[in-house]
Amino acid sequence: MANIISDETIEYVGILAKLKLTKEEQEAAKKDMGRMLDYIDKLNELNTDGVEPMSHVFPVNNVFREDVVIHGNDRENILKNAPEKKDGAFKVPKTVE
Amino acid sequence: MKSILDLTALELGSKIKKREIGVIEAAKASLARMEALEPKLNCYVTVDERLTLAQAEKVQRQIDKGELRSPLAGVPVAIKDNLCMEGMPTTCSSHILENFVPTYTAEAVKRLLDAGAVVLGKTNMDEFAMGSTTETSAFGVTKNPWNPEHVPGGSSGGSCAAVAANECFYALGSDTGGSIRQPSSYCGVTGIKPTYGTVSRYGLIAYGSSLDQIGPVGKNVEDCAAVLELIASYDQKDSTSIRQRDLDFTSGLRDDVEKMRIGIPRDYFGEGLDKEVKAAVLKAAEVFREKGALVEEFDLSLVEYAIPAYYVIASAEASSNLSRFDGVKYGFRTKMYEGLHDMYKKSRSEGFGPEVKRRIMLGSFVLSSGYYDAYYLKALRTKALIKKAFDKAFLRYDVILGPTAPSTAPKLGESLSDPLKMYLGDIYTISVNLAGLPGMSVPCGRDSKGLPIGLQLIGDCFKEKHIIRAGYAYECSRSSEQPVLAGENEDIPQRIQGGAGI
Repeated sequence: MANIISDETIEYVGILAKLKLTKEEQEAAKKDMGRMLDYIDKLNELNTDGVEPMSHVFPVNNVFREDVVIHGNDRENILKNAPEKKDGAFKVPKTVE
Repeated sequence: MKSILDLTALELGSKIKKREIGVIEAAKASLARMEALEPKLNCYVTVDERLTLAQAEKVQRQIDKGELRSPLAGVPVAIKDNLCMEGMPTTCSSHILENFVPTYTAEAVKRLLDAGAVVLGKTNMDEFAMGSTTETSAFGVTKNPWNPEHVPGGSSGGSCAAVAANECFYALGSDTGGSIRQPSSYCGVTGIKPTYGTVSRYGLIAYGSSLDQIGPVGKNVEDCAAVLELIASYDQKDSTSIRQRDLDFTSGLRDDVEKMRIGIPRDYFGEGLDKEVKAAVLKAAEVFREKGALVEEFDLSLVEYAIPAYYVIASAEASSNLSRFDGVKYGFRTKMYEGLHDMYKKSRSEGFGPEVKRRIMLGSFVLSSGYYDAYYLKALRTKALIKKAFDKAFLRYDVILGPTAPSTAPKLGESLSDPLKMYLGDIYTISVNLAGLPGMSVPCGRDSKGLPIGLQLIGDCFKEKHIIRAGYAYECSRSSEQPVLAGENEDIPQRIQGGAGI
């Protein structure tokens, strides 16, 4: 396997991905990712010098529209989905000391 | 005599219009079928019988008043569970969205409802559409109606299995790398992935936004064309929606492929392709030749680079799209946590399944500084080359013909242990998404195990009518088949009916 993923890399990616992996999941992720990256390295066979990265197949531009309220205030229904709520707002753990 | 359930969506729609069948009667027939088969197949995640019947009553009233003109008014439909519907749980077959009830309806679904569709329920899928077998669903696997020991394919496995088992008359699916076409192939039904931007993605829970498209799954090409005509639209709410004039897809339903230029990529018939699939697809190509099409082989090139490029791009987009699931505004929140960040991490780790986490990790990695150029930009450059290869091919051909998948449906439990092998099953479908093209899977026979084989027809951007015409002409040349499910009277003849002469 050419791509050896270190514990540090997995830890770092876990932080980026906001995932807390168990020890076993970390081991599995290291193996999985290494294998996937080996496979993805196949792309290096291709000469892509001078090729523009294509993020979108059609030339699309920003779509602007007037800033008009369409949905209105649907607070009550939206809050029905909240895992925790308080006084008509989403309740989250304390974030500022 | 044909039962209601054996009718195609358009046949049923026409009988409803002529008052030969009532909307409630049709809905009840579907619900009874679901009740009988769901314990065996598990095509649906959520069914709300009361809502369905209330909707049916309302639609019948509207039809009686002459308010609904659509040829599909009153016809029951199944919706993939990543499409939001106001008041109906929308889970993406994920634990993290188990309790999520959207406050708005996806544009494609809204267009169906406005046309008088009656929704039977939300169909099972691979979690967040990540998978090729519907086995990554948090709510159990769906089984293939042709043989319940096999997978239905994925990720729109519930939608395709429901159509195949007559548990609905048609369905909506979504396709990011083959998720409509591959399960359509495995389940012996027809499915279309439209040109990127044809159907609004508003209300579709995003996986890979630059690749996702919503499309129809139906019993035949005619039904699919009619459904596509209903759901296609320019929508301001989707900034990648494209204004098109030519949306009367049903006008492409002509049994005429005379002089149609059809290319068969040699690279689609190499190593890894099942012999029986190969034979069935080449036999289908012969049908086109006999009907006067100009069929020839050519080299498409770059086929083996589509999958690695796809997994970089789709995972990168997924890692960004799925960051919204944080246990704050909706969905699952972990019970025990210390502070905000711990709550985010634990909610996500407990809420997502292994395949979703795998792709979020990979996506986060390829987008991270130091790897962005080597992986993400490299994949986007590869995508540009793949698009160019197709552009070149479509200078010479109207339609590209090949297999939808390298094999028929694998057995349950055989795919997940080796993700890389599972990913290879999408080799013929994935490049179509990368290039934004329309593609369709049409049944073209069965293998020696009795499992359906799919023929893939690929068109140039905005040339849905070409593949619809080719698919329809092919369908006219053969009779359709339907699975005989265990427990059904084995003496009942399989549905025999040309796609055409209705």
